[in-house]
Amino acid sequence: MNVKVELTINDRKVVADVEPRTHLADFLREHLRLTATHLGCEHGVCGACTVLIDGAPARACIALTVALEGADVKTLEGLADDRRMRVLKTSFHERHGLQCGFCTPGMLISAWDLLRRKPDISERQIRQEMSGNICRCTGYQGIVRSIKHAADTLQSSVGV
Amino acid sequence: MKPAPFTYRAASSSPEAIDALAKEAPPRILAGGQSLVPMLNLRLAPADALLDITRIAELRAVEETINSVRYGALTTHASFEDGLVPDASNGLMSHAAGNIAYRAVRTRGTIGGAIALADPAADWVTVCIALEAVLHLQSTSGKRQMQVEEFVLGPYFTAIAEGELISTIEVPKRSASERWGYHKVVVKTGEYAESMAVALLDRARGFARIVLGATDGAPIVMKKSAGALLAAADEAALKTAIACDLEAGEHEFGAAKRMLHTTAVLRAAKDAMAS
Repeated sequence: MNVKVELTINDRKVVADVEPRTHLADFLREHLRLTATHLGCEHGVCGACTVLIDGAPARACIALTVALEGADVKTLEGLADDRRMRVLKTSFHERHGLQCGFCTPGMLISAWDLLRRKPDISERQIRQEMSGNICRCTGYQGIVRSIKHAADTLQSSVGV
Repeated sequence: MKPAPFTYRAASSSPEAIDALAKEAPPRILAGGQSLVPMLNLRLAPADALLDITRIAELRAVEETINSVRYGALTTHASFEDGLVPDASNGLMSHAAGNIAYRAVRTRGTIGGAIALADPAADWVTVCIALEAVLHLQSTSGKRQMQVEEFVLGPYFTAIAEGELISTIEVPKRSASERWGYHKVVVKTGEYAESMAVALLDRARGFARIVLGATDGAPIVMKKSAGALLAAADEAALKTAIACDLEAGEHEFGAAKRMLHTTAVLRAAKDAMAS
């Protein structure tokens, strides 16, 4: 039996009738065609589907849409104009933060949240904090370098 | 779409939730969903019906009393990590919470859900047993309290009764002179532990407690090891005490596991002594 749910996605009110077993990642991709959110393992291990729920990072593949009544969801599409995200994307581009790009949306969301919470961060901390996002190209060196570069860029421009 | 179909209902109050749990075929409780939903996705956990308790405000409430802090079962790991809730543990709970899985899991996973699941390799059962925490449970037949130590019986096996709901985890305020050590052995940051140990030491009141987790069973309260820690025994004596504690229970550890567990306890004990 479908359940009616009302939530906000990328600042847009969404009302939908969903099967209780529909997880948020499927809802975003299949119902709303917001395909920036990628699905890797689909059981909460790889981090590719990481989105922001009420401002905090969460795995979309293990969040049930019906349980998100009233929630505020942001995907990579919704952060297109965000400054921190723009800096991160530029850094990933310049410092080889991606190869095939499959894990990148989850990496970007996790890194966005990380730099918000810990703007002044070391490479070692980045490695620890990003351990919930898996890159199957194993491009971790480039990813860590990109995030560190973004952190430095944001830090040096504070107050500018 | 991976889970098999199930029905869904969200309860808005504890009485409504325990009424729903009193049915003949009770629904499964959905809290943070960070273990349950992966298991539904993998179709390892059969569920015909889910009862969402995340909208029950009272289960989120945190109350500080003179002697304890009562954490609502829905308090997230991230709330502990970020210091958004009062601390009863001289920082141990915040430290442990910050090392559970990954940030995107900690923002949604709850302390009540973790204890209800009683995954032996997860952090809260071991930490809460070390801190002598008490669970408050409720059902249509009333309320009761139970030490977490008595609640956890084995891997994924607890003393929860049919239709019962964990409402609060009450942690007695630890003395200011108590020191803690926490050591977790993981292959990769954020993964389930191979071993973990918590050591508490308060020389001023002559108290020591050591709990070993990730044992493939219920956490082990290491009494002899705690005695050795309190007596400021040297490493050799501490190792002998750890070996005694490891042999005393029903567990049979292989050589490698014994070594990991011994190392975890030693390091936790050293941290408690050094801090």
